[in-house]
Amino acid sequence: MDELIEKLKVQLIAQLSLEDIEPDEIDSEEALFGDGLGLDSIDALEIIVLLEKEYGIKLDNPKDGQDIMHSVKSLAEFITANQK
Amino acid sequence: MQLFYLKKQITMANYIQRHIRLENNSVFAEGKEIFSIDKDEEFKVFAKSVYKNYEIKYGKFYKMDALSKLGFLASELLLKDFNKDDILPEQIAIICANTSASLHTDVKYQNTLKEIPSPALFVYTLPNIVLGEISIRNMIRGESLFLVQDKFDADFMAEYVDDIFENTNTELCITGWLEISANEEYKANLFLVSKQESNTKFKATELKN
Repeated sequence: MDELIEKLKVQLIAQLSLEDIEPDEIDSEEALFGDGLGLDSIDALEIIVLLEKEYGIKLDNPKDGQDIMHSVKSLAEFITANQK
Repeated sequence: MQLFYLKKQITMANYIQRHIRLENNSVFAEGKEIFSIDKDEEFKVFAKSVYKNYEIKYGKFYKMDALSKLGFLASELLLKDFNKDDILPEQIAIICANTSASLHTDVKYQNTLKEIPSPALFVYTLPNIVLGEISIRNMIRGESLFLVQDKFDADFMAEYVDDIFENTNTELCITGWLEISANEEYKANLFLVSKQESNTKFKATELKN
């Protein structure tokens, strides 16, 4: 799980063009949206693209997105539970 | 291009307050080079260098496409330390043009269609989005127009800008050329125009491109 979390941080930085941020500056349990990393709705769509492209996971219910994408940790847990 | 409408004669002169040009990996203010990097570096490196050199802090910068980065940086330098406290957002206009529209991003977006279309690129597949980015940053809510022209039409731009000063509540206007081609040849040539008297009257011959 830790390895996946670290990998996800690197992938998120690349996918979301977060050039000024280093992986070790992202707290695994910090909120990705709102006050935490400050991601927006377009970033949410890009994360959906990342899930499909890198992990083969399609988000069937967008309403689940808020819980799944709460933090890097919750994203990693979702991937672990659903990766094909 | 001709303007086909009845218009009031322009009664008051407008003036150029500032001029910023970004071209060939150099930044020029009022015609003088104030910053440059190696000419062989690609635009992305130049843009980041300008952003860092002038200690600009704006979280959205790295998410912008090339055209928006170009316009954002040029406008940051154009408006740097400019006091617009007495001007309402609705009184600030932004009128720009280019020849490649959003082609630089369109090509990148098209490439993503082979696999999964990129939402982050898609939102920049219109050239006027750069005006949106500049407007959000600087709280601009006045007249806004982005034109696609074969080449910069200084006569038209000067006439159009004079007209909005005359016939709307515009007090300040950012105008000029924001171009980046598909092969990354770029040029930003922005002028800050207002009614306040300066050494340079605003007219077509001054909009050198």
